[in-house]
Amino acid sequence: MMKQVFGRPKSMKKNIFHYCAGCGHSIAHRLIAEVIDELGIRGITIGVPPAGCAVLAYNYFDIDMIEAQHGRGPATATGIKRVLPDRVVFSYQGDGDLAAIGIAESFHAANRGENITVVFMNNAVYGMTGGQMAPTSIMGQKTTTSPTGRNNVLDGYPIQVSEIFALLPGTAYIERCTVNSPASILKTRKAIRKAFQYQIDGLGFSLVEILSPCPTNWKMTPIESCHWIDEVMSKAFPLGVIKDLPAAAKEEGKKGEQRHDG
Amino acid sequence: MNKVLMQGNKIIGEAAIRAGCRFYAGYPITPQNEIPEYMAEHLRQQEGGVFVQSESEVAAIHMVIGASAAGARAMTSSSSPGISLKQEGISSLAACELPAVIVNMMRGGPGLGNISPSQGDYFQATRGGGHGDYRVIVLGPDSAQELADLTMDAFDLADRYRTPVMILADGMMGQMMEPVIFKTPKPRAYPESFIMKGAGAGKSKIIRGLILDPLDMEEHNWTLDRKYQVIARKETRHELYKADDAELILVAYGTSARIAKGAIKRLRESGLRVGLFRPITLWPFPTNELRDLAKKVENFLVFEMSTGQMVEDVRLAIQGRARIGFHGRPGGVVPTPVELANVVMHKYDRKEGIVDHF
Repeated sequence: MMKQVFGRPKSMKKNIFHYCAGCGHSIAHRLIAEVIDELGIRGITIGVPPAGCAVLAYNYFDIDMIEAQHGRGPATATGIKRVLPDRVVFSYQGDGDLAAIGIAESFHAANRGENITVVFMNNAVYGMTGGQMAPTSIMGQKTTTSPTGRNNVLDGYPIQVSEIFALLPGTAYIERCTVNSPASILKTRKAIRKAFQYQIDGLGFSLVEILSPCPTNWKMTPIESCHWIDEVMSKAFPLGVIKDLPAAAKEEGKKGEQRHDG
Repeated sequence: MNKVLMQGNKIIGEAAIRAGCRFYAGYPITPQNEIPEYMAEHLRQQEGGVFVQSESEVAAIHMVIGASAAGARAMTSSSSPGISLKQEGISSLAACELPAVIVNMMRGGPGLGNISPSQGDYFQATRGGGHGDYRVIVLGPDSAQELADLTMDAFDLADRYRTPVMILADGMMGQMMEPVIFKTPKPRAYPESFIMKGAGAGKSKIIRGLILDPLDMEEHNWTLDRKYQVIARKETRHELYKADDAELILVAYGTSARIAKGAIKRLRESGLRVGLFRPITLWPFPTNELRDLAKKVENFLVFEMSTGQMVEDVRLAIQGRARIGFHGRPGGVVPTPVELANVVMHKYDRKEGIVDHF
């Protein structure tokens, strides 16, 4: 009798990803589906995919999904969550979606402390439209609309969404991860799981930023892309837990108890 | 049910709540601020009632999309510039076949314009408004009573056809006070199967407007179009006022129709046989009804608080069967019945003077 050690998550449809070789979306999709399976929430989860490469996410997730217009995911998710507070609602957004055209919707959903989860795919370019400069393109990065490299005088600076959102009292949990190695993928999985768990526990807005390779538009091989995240991109966007209010409160609680005991 | 004296904007809020609206999102803009204010206070008192003051008009309409998909009767309101911002989401509602009610208390435009009553958004409202091949059901109330009745009807129509419905009124309708009786709305009949609430143990659902294959997208467009044709056949509404013996028919809607009724009373006192054709549904436009009227009446005068928008639908309806004139006051000017009566009197004597101004 053979034991199955690896298979397709139940929350995924039997479709083949359309994403490019080496793209981070398929990994992130799979991690979310695994977490949904693990938490046993397939039947109560509603996903909001964005405009962009991941617009077809509903072809892969076997959960209820409603497409959002470009950048409006957190507004749509707000409408769903307010009407159905006991459902698990997440939006899946790229960097252009979240940090440019949808910055207002994202920022204010975070500020209201909507009890939703945002999975933020940061690949420093507009992928679907052919590799234009994104709000998170790093300084000097060459894209089709910053052909000589991102220049702060002409183009401004890369936006550190996670750090900025962490300043909002409404946000509960924010972590920046990547998916460029088995270890980092496992870490990202834990972060997504924590974000969903916090939402289930009613602890408020959570955001998992994933630095995601885009070999096609970075004009690199998949391997080179993984290296670029380590060597360049993660310098502009440092990895790690940026805010974890529930954990901090727990820590405080423990200290308080200790003091009490003493 | 007792008659109560209420302001137009508040009437819409109250009628919506009574009709079972349980989600409202909006952004402040004059002259409709009493709607979000009313909802903030009264909708939140309802079980499951959600009021969100959104960060923008854009966010508000997309919250409405989410709430509608999740099964709530949902509404947003604004005034002209804000309605322009909402068009992205209205197009999505139409594409995804989601019901919702949008209130436009029109003000002077274009651009920021002003905050006075106007009817400059007729084209935008009746031609869809956003991108793509679609229509929105547009209702044009002309009294407090109709604000209440049509708001309730708007939710039923939105559900029945799974499509956005717009209440198109103006600052005058929103700000004025009149007695109103709230009728008892019918219970909601919206199939559970349309609601997105998590797949449960069953098959997962997708709500989307993205259809990449042109042939599939074409079929979706025709499917929507067939629905719009049914709406056009079944849902057209209009009012005839003193039209039986009329030699000249004024065509006006909303606030303009109120002014027209005042003018007609005066004109009748002077012995002029003038009547009114008032479209209540602006889309679908009561084309056949107006065309029928043109069989027995030769002179029409379209009156709008704009440079002439609905007049195009009147021309399309009458198709040269009668003379059509136009009188317009755009930019937030609200003329008096006396002014309109004078205009009509001037043209009535010289009917050859009533010619299409194009």
